[in-house]
Amino acid sequence: MTNSALRFRQSDGAGDGASPSPAECLDTEQVEPGLRQRALAEGNAPLALAIYGLLGAFLGLVFTKSQVISWFRIYEMFRFESFHMYGVIGSAVATAALSIWVIKRLGLTTLHGEPIRLSPKAWGGSRVPGARYWMGGITFGLGWALLGACPGPLVALLGGGVSVMVAALVAALAGTWTYAALRDHLPH
Amino acid sequence: MSLHPMPVPQDPWPWYVAGPLIGLFVPALLLFGGKVFGLSANLRHACAALPVSNRAKPGFLRYDWRTAGLWNLVFALGIAVGGFLGIRVFSDPSAPMALSPETVAALVDLGVSDLTGFVPAQLLSWSALMTPAGALMVLGGGFLVGFGARWAGGCTSGHAISGLADLQLPSLVAVIGFFVGGLAVTHIVLPLLLG
Repeated sequence: MTNSALRFRQSDGAGDGASPSPAECLDTEQVEPGLRQRALAEGNAPLALAIYGLLGAFLGLVFTKSQVISWFRIYEMFRFESFHMYGVIGSAVATAALSIWVIKRLGLTTLHGEPIRLSPKAWGGSRVPGARYWMGGITFGLGWALLGACPGPLVALLGGGVSVMVAALVAALAGTWTYAALRDHLPH
Repeated sequence: MSLHPMPVPQDPWPWYVAGPLIGLFVPALLLFGGKVFGLSANLRHACAALPVSNRAKPGFLRYDWRTAGLWNLVFALGIAVGGFLGIRVFSDPSAPMALSPETVAALVDLGVSDLTGFVPAQLLSWSALMTPAGALMVLGGGFLVGFGARWAGGCTSGHAISGLADLQLPSLVAVIGFFVGGLAVTHIVLPLLLG
């Protein structure tokens, strides 16, 4: 969970030394009271929300027309029998990486003039290094291949009327809730 | 006019169109509002938004979800609208996917012959939900996606796209984990379950 930490963390624009250690950003919703007002005025303003909705609709259309929401394509990907999914994910990563490089290089800010900084993901304090990433990653991968959809495509399928995905969404929420309840007992 | 209205298999938009378009969501969200592209956080926001008393919620779900995640929930709602347009308006529901012949053969071995639609109706449908295999795939798969995404701190969008694009080593570990899990299901679990 780095999105809110990134969004709501005050940044003085100094070097890495000024940012909180990654562990502090890890999974904590650092919503400072003063920033809440700004969020309500900016990110949660009706116009901003409408734009997020429109962006989402475009993404849902791309997901669908490229068939990445298809159980069949995920199955084909894990059997290494088509380049399609690898091409989609690989070129998405390359495009995003180039964009982030340009943003950092030019020191671009958000529309509201706030600095853009990506919080590093923490390795966590577990005795096993990176336990959460590989254990959680394997858990997610098992579910991804069974269901044939990750959270974004799950929502796109729901919108398209694949109604059994209602059951999958409820199960996913139950999974998230169970994780939340067991969180202190799991290695991270 | 063909006398045999056999639907022509549908090819997807090519990867070199779809991939860069998806990748551009990362800078678009960063520049517009400093938001990080990551969809599974919505599962947490949705749990946090459930009308349940705070005492009944684990601490992980007690936070100001409106400030942290309302934008993302609206973004996900938009994806549902896009899915509606893509599936109901701009797709032919009777056409099968243009899958590779090897994949089609492997699916036939698993008993999956209906390749129309976006999910195999023989495995993922309300009637299939009553079978052990269907229940494991829909309910078990959904549960593991929700559990694993938060444990790993991200999903395909948060780790595989945002994280890898920012050259985050933890994200690479997570993505390798995604593949270890996915390969195990595809090559071991599904043949045992359906074979």
